[in-house]
Amino acid sequence: MKILVPVKRVVDYNVKVRVKADGSGVDLANVKMSMNPFDEISVEEAVRLKEAGVATEVVAVSCGVGACQETLRAAMAIGADRGILVETDVELQPLAVAKLLKAVCDKEQPQLVICGKQAIDDDANQTGQMLAALAGWPQATFASKVTLADGKAAVTREIDGGLETLSVKLPAVMTTDLRLNEPRYATLPNIMKAKKKPLDTVKPADLGVDVAPRLATLKVAEPPKRSAGERVADVAQLIDKLKNVAKVI
Amino acid sequence: MAILVIAEHDNQSIKAATLNTVSAAAKLGGDVHVLVAGAGCAAAAEAAAKVAGVAKVRVCDAPQYEAQTAENVAELVKGLAGGYSHVLAPATPAGKNMLPRVAALLDVAQISDIVAVESADTFVRPIYAGNALATVKSADAIKLITVRTTAFDAAEAGGNAAPVEAVAAAADLGVTALVGREIVKSARPELGAAKVIVSGGRGLGSGDNYHKLLEPLADKLGAALGASRAAVDAGYVPNDYQVGQTGKIVAPQLYIAVGISGAIQHLAGMKDSKVIVAINKDPEAPIFQVADYGLVADLFDAVPALVAAA
Repeated sequence: MKILVPVKRVVDYNVKVRVKADGSGVDLANVKMSMNPFDEISVEEAVRLKEAGVATEVVAVSCGVGACQETLRAAMAIGADRGILVETDVELQPLAVAKLLKAVCDKEQPQLVICGKQAIDDDANQTGQMLAALAGWPQATFASKVTLADGKAAVTREIDGGLETLSVKLPAVMTTDLRLNEPRYATLPNIMKAKKKPLDTVKPADLGVDVAPRLATLKVAEPPKRSAGERVADVAQLIDKLKNVAKVI
Repeated sequence: MAILVIAEHDNQSIKAATLNTVSAAAKLGGDVHVLVAGAGCAAAAEAAAKVAGVAKVRVCDAPQYEAQTAENVAELVKGLAGGYSHVLAPATPAGKNMLPRVAALLDVAQISDIVAVESADTFVRPIYAGNALATVKSADAIKLITVRTTAFDAAEAGGNAAPVEAVAAAADLGVTALVGREIVKSARPELGAAKVIVSGGRGLGSGDNYHKLLEPLADKLGAALGASRAAVDAGYVPNDYQVGQTGKIVAPQLYIAVGISGAIQHLAGMKDSKVIVAINKDPEAPIFQVADYGLVADLFDAVPALVAAA
């Protein structure tokens, strides 16, 4: 069974982005870029399924600029077998990415696609669900546990108030939540090995997909700043402030 | 044209997030219709009809909507969407799960997690964990939107008597089956709708400490319990306690952060709270930069003292 794992190149988790002075976007010059953290969880899960003998091949896919090759190499260092870069300089929105991934799925015929539940740059939380819809496949989002058997996936999902378990027919799309696993650190030998793994590049036009953005960003602004209040000396003063000044208890 | 709001409900009652979504819909101009898709959901439809500002409730009562799976509900909404200028759902796990599927089926973009309506086609939404606010304009004929519930006041839950109309079910796709749900029953208020939230971080040291220290405080204040991602990752509490960029976004009257350092991803989830209290022994913790009242103290002393005095 083949598993496809889309991976996105995003601003590193630890970077606090700055809005550009002209309001056209955020400043990404000289900012550290990394694999989207949820996508790391996806790669880890796919690799574990391969190590457990459930999956036979793990293919990482990234859509975007040429530098996404680094993200694919990072996925291969965790254990993906090969990479596909869908290369474009166009700003890709979730619907366009879902269409590109659908085209890749048509070629690769995976039984399972494991996406991160959201990317930490646009915080959209859409691509996996959209891919499932376009492919006509079932979806199991926000997964905290998965077992594959008999052409089905049993996926435990994080929902309001607790957990639910779905049984979905394969092929299917799953999106990963935090508690699914803890991704391993890539070892130096595996990073070296990853450099030799196959990486194919295609263009959106090769896949017959129109990736033109549907949403126009008119401006990007700083959120209103919240300023620090005061320090209280002890619990008694805190209670006094909450009761008599803020009047919230 | 009218606007369709997808209700979040448990067949018996309407979830609070629906009320905020109705308020967001009311800002778009047009009649607001609410879709209740469920099984044996007449009571939920009745509750939706009472919500202020709702012009019509459309109810689809069929066995295939019992578990409200994304596949079947999206198929239904796809069929209804043609009559609407906008389709809105709350940005809750259920709304986030279902609505992008409808968007792809209709070949339109989705605008996720809006915090303001500028006009019928222009919306404000946070990006980069709320460190930037993007104003985006949609060119699509139907706008599909998820709504950050904390950014819109709740519509009145009573007083209205909108007509309730049945709609035909869509085909049962039969690709997904619900095996089971483990819902933790709690007497505490829902995290998303609570007026007071007591939230704990890694400073608590263990799950036992989390429960031993924070539950009495939450009980005393009638508060919901939350947590930082660090506390969830460390296994102190379940994931649905998580407040932050990738968890729940909350904006209570009072947010008490206990042993939380205040990573940007956590601040993204709670910085719109009216009053923030931080209790942390590290005076340099970033949480103090957003706290209205900061108490530099050992939480193991301060929290019990707070319970005793509150």
